[in-house]
Amino acid sequence: MSLLETAQMAIQNIFSSKMRSFLTMLGIIIGIASVMVIIGLGNGMEVYMTEQFQAIGANTLEVSIMGRGSSRNADEEDLYRIVADHPEDLSLISPTVSVRSTAKVGTETLLFTSTTGVGEDYFTIKQYTIAQGRGLQYIDMDKRLHVCVVGQYIADEYYNGDAVGQSIRVGGTKYEIVGVMSQEGDTLEEGGTDDVIFLPYTTAARLTGTEVTNYTITVVDESRATECRELVEDELTEIFGSDSAFTVISMTEILNMMTEMLNVMITILAAIAAISLVVGGIGIMNIMLVSVTERTREIGIRKALGAKERSIMAQFVVEAAVTSAIGGAIGIAAGYAFSSLASSLIVTLLDTNMSVTPTASSIALAFGISAAIGILFGYLPAKKAAQLNPIDALRYE
Amino acid sequence: MSALIEFQKVCKYYQMGDTVVKAADHISFQIQKGEFVAIVGKSGSGKSTCMNIIGCLDVPTSGTYLLGGNDVGSLSKNDLAEIRNKMLGFIFQQYNLLPKLTVLENVEVPLMYAGVPKPERRQRALDALEVVGLASKLKNMPNQLSGGQQQRVSIARALAGNPAVILADEPTGALDSRTSREVLGMLQNLHSQGHTVVLITHDNSIAVTAQRIIRLEDGQVVYDGDAHAPEAVVSHNDPWLERGSAS
Repeated sequence: MSLLETAQMAIQNIFSSKMRSFLTMLGIIIGIASVMVIIGLGNGMEVYMTEQFQAIGANTLEVSIMGRGSSRNADEEDLYRIVADHPEDLSLISPTVSVRSTAKVGTETLLFTSTTGVGEDYFTIKQYTIAQGRGLQYIDMDKRLHVCVVGQYIADEYYNGDAVGQSIRVGGTKYEIVGVMSQEGDTLEEGGTDDVIFLPYTTAARLTGTEVTNYTITVVDESRATECRELVEDELTEIFGSDSAFTVISMTEILNMMTEMLNVMITILAAIAAISLVVGGIGIMNIMLVSVTERTREIGIRKALGAKERSIMAQFVVEAAVTSAIGGAIGIAAGYAFSSLASSLIVTLLDTNMSVTPTASSIALAFGISAAIGILFGYLPAKKAAQLNPIDALRYE
Repeated sequence: MSALIEFQKVCKYYQMGDTVVKAADHISFQIQKGEFVAIVGKSGSGKSTCMNIIGCLDVPTSGTYLLGGNDVGSLSKNDLAEIRNKMLGFIFQQYNLLPKLTVLENVEVPLMYAGVPKPERRQRALDALEVVGLASKLKNMPNQLSGGQQQRVSIARALAGNPAVILADEPTGALDSRTSREVLGMLQNLHSQGHTVVLITHDNSIAVTAQRIIRLEDGQVVYDGDAHAPEAVVSHNDPWLERGSAS
């Protein structure tokens, strides 16, 4: 008797009592669907997070100098030299000076606009492109020119898209707009990534009256982010003679850390959902035990007609495995349905385009687990069936 | 030529609380190929035990049971299953058809366990159903048939595997007298075609269908011989009957 025939027999049996079979499968269906949705959610979150980081530059080191109040301090020269000394690890650097003064166009105050002083490589680091005019250049830094680049929002909102050559006031000083950035955000909105003004950092430092303390450095190879961070730290420690006068944060490391935390969280959630798979398996075992009792006479007849123990065993194990495999298949379909439902809910409710995407491997795993559960929990009832004494089984009413 | 079925001092004891029940107590007989034998006895006489042992559903506590020259007592459960499958065709009182299978599928079951390939299996099942006159009911479910028809399906099922022995356990127990005669006639036909038939019954009037009667009482053989001899149908330990037949 072939396995195929045993499977056919099992399917026949499962379909002869649809309601009971469905209820038996329900535990597996819910378990598989929830594991799939949770893993899909985790994947979606990871993709979303990585995208967000990529947008702000995942391959950067953020350096912040607090100083020690002593005479020796690290200035732009030092930082530029550190980058220049390690071309195999570090590529670009830009100081960043955040300007608190409000900007004004004519008499209108731009309350939510963020104004930052940056270096000439800042746009390359952030992968910003210039739509009109030019970006900031070394000469702007060197001469502390009163020029600026504005975001698309400002250009559209205050200059009708024709901002180059116009002027804007920041903290009472007039700046000439030399360039307009391409749109960066999904939509143009006040206070968003397109409501920005970039000044030469030297000009900005004079405006705020502070020294330059923040830098963004890009690393050549993201996988060496930790080494690069340590490198910069070592250099700065040498300058200050202490490692408490500055901080260096690697965005890649932060991303990795967050991804790791997310994975731990998702694994825990999936494990909790997987408990329902075990409960589902116990449900299958329960029904199979009842089924063996109900079919004692059938087992007796089959044994009298020459069924060996392993044939009976195979019949019940295969039936349990097929039951949970069908449950698994339905669960996968339900998992898909719930995943796309969750995706559209997230899009409409949270206004982020994060999608819940179950991976092929998680589906294969889910299916494998459900079949394995069937075999595992079908084994005990099948063993019981196989070991029935044919005489007693035949006499069973 | 050795006998097809040979019991040598077969005993079967059961422990019931403190007492030992001797369901079979040194039973010896031989059945040759082609014989039609009825094993007769009242309930508790040991005929069911005999039938279980002949049918390889059970093994003796002591003594030897040879089926086709093989000692069955020493075989494993799997070997016993194989012997049941290849050598024995069962006909039960309660028909014992599988309710979820069609008539044809029911007849195919023993062939399926024998590993007969599907097309041949189907053909042999069809042939067997032809023999019992149910070729028109192939797709019916057992519960759509009358008792007599169901018993004929079970005869077809017993026949399909072409076994050495057809073992009928009270085959008419659940049937009315007309269909009983029909079923018994069918057994006689099988016998006349050369099959070995062993009939187990408590009913003398059924037993006389056979050629030879083995009568059991309290686990022992009390008569073994021609079914038509007057002493064949007498209960030996029953003084009332004994006196009645003497007068």
